[in-house]
Amino acid sequence: MIQVNQLSKKYNETTVLNINNLEIPKGQSFGLVGNNGAGKTTFFSLLLDLIQPSTGYITSNNIQVNTNENWKSFTGSFLDESFLIGYLTPEEYFYFIGDLRHQNKADVDALLAQHEEFFNGEILKNKKYLRDLSKGNQKKVGIIATLIGNPEVIILDEPFANLDPTTVSRLKKIIKELAENPNVTVLVSSHDLQHTVEVCDRIVALNKGEVVKDIQTSKETLQELESFFSV
Amino acid sequence: MIKKFIYLEWKAFTRSASFGANLAMKILIGFLMVYFSLIFIAMGVGAFYVLKKMNLEPLITVNKFLIYYFLSDLVVRLLMQAIPVLNIKPLLVLPFKKPTIVHFSLGKTAISFFNWTHALFFVPFSIVLIIEGYDVVGILFWLIAAFSIVYINNFLNIILNNIDKLFVIFLGIALALGAAQYYKLFDITTFTGPVFQGFYETKGLFLIPILVLIGLYAFTFKYFKNNLFLDAGLSKKEDIATTENLTWLNQFGTLGTFLKNDIKLIKRNKRSKTTIFMSILFLFYGLIFFGNKDQPEIMHIFAGIFVSGGFLFVFGQFVPSWDSSYYQLMMTQNIPYRGYITSKWWLIVIATFISTILASFYLFYGIEIYLTIVAGAIYNIGVNSHLVLLGGAFTKTPIDLSNASGAFGDKKAFNISSMLLTLPKLLLPLLLYWIGLHFGNKTLGLTLVGGAGVLGFVFRNTVFSIIEKRYKIEKYSTISAYKQKN
Repeated sequence: MIQVNQLSKKYNETTVLNINNLEIPKGQSFGLVGNNGAGKTTFFSLLLDLIQPSTGYITSNNIQVNTNENWKSFTGSFLDESFLIGYLTPEEYFYFIGDLRHQNKADVDALLAQHEEFFNGEILKNKKYLRDLSKGNQKKVGIIATLIGNPEVIILDEPFANLDPTTVSRLKKIIKELAENPNVTVLVSSHDLQHTVEVCDRIVALNKGEVVKDIQTSKETLQELESFFSV
Repeated sequence: MIKKFIYLEWKAFTRSASFGANLAMKILIGFLMVYFSLIFIAMGVGAFYVLKKMNLEPLITVNKFLIYYFLSDLVVRLLMQAIPVLNIKPLLVLPFKKPTIVHFSLGKTAISFFNWTHALFFVPFSIVLIIEGYDVVGILFWLIAAFSIVYINNFLNIILNNIDKLFVIFLGIALALGAAQYYKLFDITTFTGPVFQGFYETKGLFLIPILVLIGLYAFTFKYFKNNLFLDAGLSKKEDIATTENLTWLNQFGTLGTFLKNDIKLIKRNKRSKTTIFMSILFLFYGLIFFGNKDQPEIMHIFAGIFVSGGFLFVFGQFVPSWDSSYYQLMMTQNIPYRGYITSKWWLIVIATFISTILASFYLFYGIEIYLTIVAGAIYNIGVNSHLVLLGGAFTKTPIDLSNASGAFGDKKAFNISSMLLTLPKLLLPLLLYWIGLHFGNKTLGLTLVGGAGVLGFVFRNTVFSIIEKRYKIEKYSTISAYKQKN
């Protein structure tokens, strides 16, 4: 589904990301772990064509993302709060995204009803604009909005950060369900090794922009990663 | 303690976005500041002699209109002067005493631009008065009184800032008083003029505004000190949100989706709401030119462009910066650039159209004047609307929607390419009109201007393609520019 070729990103001669070859097959749930500055967000930004690669390219479903925009129709993503429109209410935001993804109000409502538990009654019909919601609640809105229109690729940057324990376990359930669908490729980045291991089939660890580990998840994975990151 | 505050302020000042701009920008801003300062000083110096020449007693005349001066000052402050609240938060948990924090943040407002600009007028005017033989002590007292009132306005603004739409009331009062005076119904200046004159003539009267100022400071201090909690004075005001579906816009497809969003954008953010207010002000711009014999006739088209173009200039100029805070979202969604640009274009067109209808009161000056405005509107729709959208691709200033100040042209928004694009907006119609006047008559001039607009309208698909291409080229640098907040 996603193919990375000779990809690198440099800022003033400092290489922040350098991946020679990486292939993410369709239906995989892919976890990206690493310390601050490892290049996780840079990789996702490149994948979403928000920054330009210094060398190489990424293809998504055989579409080279920095030359052709057709990947947008099957990709849902949430990197940070700058993906939210502060002056809208959550409902308006969902319908706006729905409109852009050619989903009618009923489709969006059905999806929202499905995730009512995840919202925990704090999102819908609360008479609040997105800018006035707490960080955690903003994140909930952003994550569910990526699911609108049944995208084939879902990209979530640090989805577990800022969420309360109950919501984290609910989110894990949602991601696992998505991972079970053979048509959906999920990409998740996180600092939290345990959460990532739990929801992903495959874990790639980045360090200073390089792939340092690439493992299929098994019972030993968590231990292996923990010993790798403990100095 | 205070030294630490000053250190922080200095850092905040030198590292602010406008200061960090490139050298050419700094020079330009410097020039503009010097230019406006000189104009103010010249006004201060010149006022005396101009009034004298008109056979008016300068001081009495100035005193007569000071009430309007201070009222409009208050309106401008309520609209634009922001109170520094957010910077206080990180100080609360540090070992600073609360009174120190409050004194400092109140003191900081005292050196605000909105206060010292008044000195540029009052000080030279007073100096001229003294040179011309007015009583030195009296003038000094008068000056002190005037400045006390400037600072009373400063603190009034701080106290009243939390009340929404208050400026409308003060604006209403100012306009009502002005109208009453103009139609000789009631003249407020007969009451206030002597009071201001009294500051000069009656020794000791100046103590009254000073005492009021001290009282107001004490009140503000207490108010702030009692509210220095995160859930009181420092809390962000949260609006009660209502979901609006605006379903009638659904019939326009993707265009409707964007229009819905833009309407909410304008309605729900302070900064964008001021653009509406500014557009209304632009409507009255023509009053300076029409029916004024001193202005050359060629300037009529200038006014014609501005009257209907208020929204175009204040809103359109900042497309796509209005969407800066969520630009990354827009870039990852399945959005055709065409649809995005078209919706902004329609918004501008609708606003221009409404302005033109509202401007029908210019018919009072005759049908010819109104036709000038209509020709200007056609030019705005056909040519200028494209130019502002094209200019937007180069204007990479992120907009903080919640912040009202800066609506009068964000400093960073000046850049060479967008400046170059401003020229055809105004000079080209001026040139066309001049050609028409020179080789024929007014009608020919207006036809040329309107014709250019129609031509632009006809070729709008080609133009949109060019704009679209430009936006795509600028995409990455725009994203990275919008990421740098503050």
